[in-house]
Amino acid sequence: MKTPFRTAVLAIVGKDLRAEIRSRELLSVMAIFAVLCILVFSFALELDRGAREEAISGVLWVTLVFASLLGFNRSLALEGDQGNLDAMLLAPVSRSAIFFGKLLSNYLFTLIVALVILPLMTVIYNSNLLKGWLILTTVVGVFGFSSIGTLLAMLTLHTRSREAMLPIAMLPVALPLLLTAVRASTNILNDAPAREWLLWLQLLAAVTLIYLALCWLLCGFVLEE
Amino acid sequence: MGEKTPIIEVENLSKTFGLLPVLRSVSFGVARGETIMLLGQNGGGKSTLLRLLAGLSKPTAGLIRIGGWQMPKEVMEVRRQIGLVSHQPLLYGNLSARENLDFFGKLYGLTKDERVEGIGAVLDQVGLAKRADSLARDFSRGMQQRLSIARALLHQPEILLLDEPFTGLDQAAAETLEHLVLSAQREERTLIMTTHQLGRAPALARRALILSRGQIAFDGDIATMSAASLGELYASLCGGAAVA
Amino acid sequence: MTAKTKVLSLRQSAEATPMPALLKLLTIVTLVGFCITLVLGLLVAGTDIQQGEIQRIFYIHMPSFFGAFTAFGLTVVGGILYLWRKSEGWDRIALAGVEVGLAFALINLVTGAIWARPIWNTWWTWDPRLTSAAIMALTYAAYLMLRAGIEDEARKRSFMSVYGIFAFTSVLVTLFIIRVVPETIHPVIVGASPQNAQGGFEATSGVVMALIPSLLLWLTLMPITLIWHRVRIERRLEAVNRLKMQILSE
Repeated sequence: MKTPFRTAVLAIVGKDLRAEIRSRELLSVMAIFAVLCILVFSFALELDRGAREEAISGVLWVTLVFASLLGFNRSLALEGDQGNLDAMLLAPVSRSAIFFGKLLSNYLFTLIVALVILPLMTVIYNSNLLKGWLILTTVVGVFGFSSIGTLLAMLTLHTRSREAMLPIAMLPVALPLLLTAVRASTNILNDAPAREWLLWLQLLAAVTLIYLALCWLLCGFVLEE
Repeated sequence: MGEKTPIIEVENLSKTFGLLPVLRSVSFGVARGETIMLLGQNGGGKSTLLRLLAGLSKPTAGLIRIGGWQMPKEVMEVRRQIGLVSHQPLLYGNLSARENLDFFGKLYGLTKDERVEGIGAVLDQVGLAKRADSLARDFSRGMQQRLSIARALLHQPEILLLDEPFTGLDQAAAETLEHLVLSAQREERTLIMTTHQLGRAPALARRALILSRGQIAFDGDIATMSAASLGELYASLCGGAAVA
Repeated sequence: MTAKTKVLSLRQSAEATPMPALLKLLTIVTLVGFCITLVLGLLVAGTDIQQGEIQRIFYIHMPSFFGAFTAFGLTVVGGILYLWRKSEGWDRIALAGVEVGLAFALINLVTGAIWARPIWNTWWTWDPRLTSAAIMALTYAAYLMLRAGIEDEARKRSFMSVYGIFAFTSVLVTLFIIRVVPETIHPVIVGASPQNAQGGFEATSGVVMALIPSLLLWLTLMPITLIWHRVRIERRLEAVNRLKMQILSE
């Protein structure tokens, strides 16, 4: 009697994309924040050229994480404020389909922001960030952040002062992702030989997969009352 | 109507939020095609009861059976039979009326043809056919409410749950809504609605449940009652002045 | 019933069950064991040649992390079992695990800082392991904040079970970061230290003899006894709150 998983996921992603193309509510906020973040870091690190080069991958990931936090909060608020999440929960679709639908659209939006700031940072920080392996690291890492972020945004949706709660809940849990992603990116940026960063990239992928599996198992408990 | 097989059976249903009991051992049955008016003070457990019936929330104790399926265990089987109109519109402001309905149609597994046909029909029914392609956020409160009824009707549910559908509606919108309720009754759908506008109750339903302090204080026929005597009954059970 | 007798009968129903014999025994054994490990660490074990007396803090420092590990591990177990069985007892264990574990983690941080002052010449440094240990403590502080922010009881219990499971990743990171991030200065006593480690010392037989009992105590009896007590307090607290609501709604 359930609506097929794929149909439900595609419906949710399609709905989010359509609404976003019309309003650009999420992307504009996330992108402007990300660009500001990069500029502010650039000024803050201006005095010390060496420090700036060292910090590039840190800046990249911190910017991505904060921008995605904004996006996740907003995207779930769009569902929660009008009670729309209830309307989805009423439908005969599995809870994991709702989670995965929201995860995919959150991932898509964060990925777009990432693809905007990579070339931008290449220009501002005068260092080539458009390397295949770095882009792959970004694609994997952002997926990890999106899965844990979507789950925790659903969790904090019903808490008092949820805007503040999501970062507090997510940042510590996202630490393994952040750590491995930054390690891999730094070494890739420094043109280090593959043996120095491949392990980090593999670790990042492993953590991402573990988080995805955990989210998959646990999302039902977060969506049901 | 009482002889028909019950489509909804509720036995000793209790729900506690935190430590606050909202429903205490509520039992009743609803026959197929019956309309029930659920009355009671704000915070008296009306919305909670509807959410439990809709499968949005799980009971602390007690049994709910809908169409023979046990809740919340077999809730997936029940979902397709239920339409809920909440006091919130449950719509996406950045999507047009048609897109909103199309999205929910997909979630209910309707095929493309079913959706096109069904959306046209329900939009006609709620009188929004001309505004099908306007964004939901540009709609007035009344229009949003009508669209949200269209959403609840789209998958042709057996049971329609309406939570304070008259709140915030102007006279014209309220009349359209009343029309819709009556036509749903003609289609033999089972309706449970809450309201605190007692004046409307006798015109729309024969049977009323009055909830007071989380318990059923009255369960009976109100078809023959005048609005005034219903108001008196309500005041005696719930205390305080009733809204006419 | 008069108001007074009513209050009395309510008070009776909130009365806690008497302490089980096993818990009494556990409490006594834990206390005695703690005294013994203190004697072993402070008096019996020899003074470290390089670091002197300050090295003795290690007999609390490292075991307290293991205590936190057990407590947070019990939070994961409690969370999984709560989600599975929906029995409130498991969630109480999970909550107690967080509070006890957080206390242990703070002991771990503070003793570490006291040790670092003479050895590293600073109270605190942003070393990877120190940072991750601090983040671990913050994660569980976030657990308590989140928990306070969710009003619906059933929702609170299942949401926090989920978060308790995820929060454990911060424990694992702290545990393993020493192996994967080579530039930490934090010494490893068991196994090979990182090459930059400062303040390591030989795990001589004297050190091991004082360390093992302390480690075992903090790993098992200490968290279990404390969590058990905390669970009983929580159960009473809930009973009292229920009675309060009962009186208010009458």
